[in-house]
Amino acid sequence: MPLGKKKKKKHDFHKNFDMSAHPHQDYLPSQPGKRLLDKTHTFCICPPPGEHFGTTEATEAFFAMTRLFQSNDQTLRRMCYLTIKEMANISEDVIIVTSSLTKDMTGKEDVYRGPAIRALCRITDVSAASSFPLSSPSCFPLHMSYDVVKRWVNEAQEAASSDNIMVQYHALGLLYHLRKNDRLAVSKMLNKFTKSGLKSPFAYCMLIRIASKLLEETEGGHDSPLFDFIESCLRNKNEMVVYEAASAIVHMPNCTARELAPAVSVLQLFCSSPKAALRYAAVRTLNKVAMKHPSAVTACNLDLENLITDSNRSIATLAITTLLKTGSESSVDRLMKQISSFVSEISDEFKVVVVQAISALCQKYPRKHSVMMNFLSNMLRDDGGFEYKRAIVDCIISIIEENPESKETGLAHLCEFIEDCEHTVLATKILHLLGKEGPRTPSPSKYIRFIFNRVVLESEAVRAAAVSALAKFGAQNDDLLPSVLVLMQRCMMDSDDEVRDRATFYMNVLQQKQKALNAAYIFNGLSVSIPGLEKSLHQYTLEPSEKPFDMKTVPLATTPITEQKTEIAPVATSKLPEKLAPSRQDIYQEQLASIPEFQGLGPLFKSSEPVQLTEAETEYVVRCIKHTFTRHMVFQFDCTNTLNDQLLQKVVVQMEPSEAYEVLHYIPAPSLPYSQPGSCYSLVRLPDDDPTAVSCTFSCTMKYLVRDCDPNTGEPDDDGYDDEYVLEDLEVTVADHIQKVLKPNFSAAWEEVGDDFEKEETFALASVRTLDEAVGNIISFLGMQPCERSDKVPENKNSHVLFLAGVFRGGNDVLVRARLALGDGVTMQVTVRSGDETAVDVILASVG
Amino acid sequence: KKMDSPILEPSLYTVKAVLILDNDGDRLYAKYYDDTYPTVKEQKAFEKNIFNKTHRTDSEIALLEGLTVVYKSNIDLFFYVIGSSHENELMLMAVLNCLFDSLSQMLRKNVERRALLENMEGLFLAVDEIVDGGVILESDPQQVVHRVALRGDDVPLTEQTVTQVLQSAKEQIKWSLLR
Repeated sequence: MPLGKKKKKKHDFHKNFDMSAHPHQDYLPSQPGKRLLDKTHTFCICPPPGEHFGTTEATEAFFAMTRLFQSNDQTLRRMCYLTIKEMANISEDVIIVTSSLTKDMTGKEDVYRGPAIRALCRITDVSAASSFPLSSPSCFPLHMSYDVVKRWVNEAQEAASSDNIMVQYHALGLLYHLRKNDRLAVSKMLNKFTKSGLKSPFAYCMLIRIASKLLEETEGGHDSPLFDFIESCLRNKNEMVVYEAASAIVHMPNCTARELAPAVSVLQLFCSSPKAALRYAAVRTLNKVAMKHPSAVTACNLDLENLITDSNRSIATLAITTLLKTGSESSVDRLMKQISSFVSEISDEFKVVVVQAISALCQKYPRKHSVMMNFLSNMLRDDGGFEYKRAIVDCIISIIEENPESKETGLAHLCEFIEDCEHTVLATKILHLLGKEGPRTPSPSKYIRFIFNRVVLESEAVRAAAVSALAKFGAQNDDLLPSVLVLMQRCMMDSDDEVRDRATFYMNVLQQKQKALNAAYIFNGLSVSIPGLEKSLHQYTLEPSEKPFDMKTVPLATTPITEQKTEIAPVATSKLPEKLAPSRQDIYQEQLASIPEFQGLGPLFKSSEPVQLTEAETEYVVRCIKHTFTRHMVFQFDCTNTLNDQLLQKVVVQMEPSEAYEVLHYIPAPSLPYSQPGSCYSLVRLPDDDPTAVSCTFSCTMKYLVRDCDPNTGEPDDDGYDDEYVLEDLEVTVADHIQKVLKPNFSAAWEEVGDDFEKEETFALASVRTLDEAVGNIISFLGMQPCERSDKVPENKNSHVLFLAGVFRGGNDVLVRARLALGDGVTMQVTVRSGDETAVDVILASVG
Repeated sequence: KKMDSPILEPSLYTVKAVLILDNDGDRLYAKYYDDTYPTVKEQKAFEKNIFNKTHRTDSEIALLEGLTVVYKSNIDLFFYVIGSSHENELMLMAVLNCLFDSLSQMLRKNVERRALLENMEGLFLAVDEIVDGGVILESDPQQVVHRVALRGDDVPLTEQTVTQVLQSAKEQIKWSLLR
């Protein structure tokens, strides 16, 4: 290749790289070539975005480069080796330089020998290289195929006793690599080296890893000489080795506290090292110990507390999280004082970590909530960004919810916070909480001022939230109603549409002074699916009718808005504003509506979770989703054929009901090729004459036409034969007829439904031992939504009240109040209310 | 990326990447030894993240994207050595220190962007002597400098300090003994 071509290439590289920093004068004669290689090499290891060396370019550049082998410039020649290594994977022709490399490898020049060998190893077999001693780490052939390496055992063995510390390390690594599948050989090797000792700290680390691996594999006890060896390394004079040994011991399964102790004490020493990396390594490893043996780390608590103020945030974070795992309840106060001394000096990102740690601590030691609350309120007053404030607010809210006695203090702190809060999201969240909790506190009137201040001073979104909160006070507290109405009146003159609309609406509802209206329109909002409502309204406008729009024809929202439950979410995931995605049920509704046989069934009321009707790993995999409509059920069978030599056709699942359920239609899956799921459906009418017959067992048989086929091509035979496959029984239970609905204010909903159809019965749950278990059983059996966080049974209580809300098939609310008492077993008094007697009877009948 | 495996597979492969970034977080040198970040796009994103998290503090070590990152900055250069989060942090530190000290000698304590760019070939050779394919080859900067053998060739003696001359002599002797 002519030199001119090379120059051109260089020019191209110039375009891609910022050469401004390079002085272009006074190069030595060999310098341009060196520069060019620099560039080529740079291009190989860090190409500009979107550009890669293709095989052709690499080969071209490679051939151009081989001419540079004629130069005697040391650096240039060695840059050639590097470039060869980089290109070994791209270019196909690198093998032609073998002879040049071999010459350098066997030559006298030390500076060439090592790099030449290593370059050669990348491109070809280096059996020839084994003819000279492995005296320098630079010469060590590391990247070779197993077969080649095998021939090196003797050399490696010799090298392992080399005086050069790196050579020793590499030889040990290589020997282990060759023998790792032969446990006896590894054991012998370990024996030899642990006795003779090694010079290289790297080799020691390798030996410790090999020893702990072998210990794990052989499940060797801690009385094994291998364990003794690792423990003895704790006394090595090199920190790297000591740390490796401590880490190995900590990571061993089934270590007792006594065996951990020596490792923990060296880690404790490292905690006060001036080297950040060592402190980091130590606290990170102690953190691991704390997960399994918190008591073993207690001795280091003081050292860890010092690390809380470490300038390296990773270290400080690890120290705090470790302390929170090991700290006792009595140390909480001291710990909080520690944290408060430095919290102002750290970044927001790290403050959030601290708040999360406090939140975890609150859950562990609920009795400490007043200390925490105090601390959090101070943090709330400090400067800080949105994520930080949000973490604090979430933490306070969770304390309020976990500890009813902290409610008033917590609300007071939050009230103070919204007085000067620039974050709309937080202000509206707190206003919502005030509206929910405030009216039920002993002195609700004190919150009114805080809320109304928002109406005067804030942006539209906050004003609207404040109006909604105010309405809740008016609805709950009769003596506050007149003043709330006065304030509402003022809000009706607001400049913003939404605020005015809300005020007008609430004003009119409140003026009626009807508990039922308040419950339905102020405390407990709509429970329908929003996309479903939109669709139903659109449908209604398309078919004008004299009848008013019926809210009960709208499918319910399937994922009830959870009560303000504050799981502290990872910071990164929280910023996405959630788009209103169609729910799983909205998707089913759509799919079912496209099947002609299912027209006119009305809105889809509920879709169950999939029920497996086959065991795992069977020929056919079938699961069923139960779709409940007002008077019908549709069973959707998702079938997968796992036999690659069969094609199934006309697949149906035949159902034999135990009760007066009538199967109306089978809609087959036309074809089930290997591993492509398909669905067939059965339409069943619910018994009209006995609306309380909600449970039923179906025996199910899958029937189909089999056509054997070629497993490779999938080509089926012309003829087929009928076959069937017995599935497991399918149960329909009361839960399939009830949809979960959250009532944020249960007592208001209870009043709203009224006692027209109230029924009450007492049951003894003999087999249940704890209140928790009883609560869990009832919720899953009825498939209803627990309200007012009543699914959480406080500790050490002998009685509990569970509130459940749902909608029965057909659209009537059903509310259940279950009073539980723990005695010899659990006694349960169930009170059910609904607008429809059937629903009440169904629930009592199925509980009994 | 592998999650918490309690016991490390004994292996010589220790280093996942060696990076040198400039004051703006732009790449001056980057060598990745495995497929943790297979494409240039992923590598650049990783480097950007690393730089953002480290350039304001001189904290020496951090855990980023599940990897242990040890780092050091000097004037307008940022040096990084990256390994698995299960790797012995001190081994990675040994690599970082060796790289920095080697360059410091090669550039006559003048470790800054311009000097480095003028000696890129020295950097390439030095890194190649310290880490090859992820395996730590050498942790002694004297050895590295000696093997790179770039130092002092074109520098008039007057520019070398007395200690450097002594150091160089010491190396010569050591090397002849090792041979």
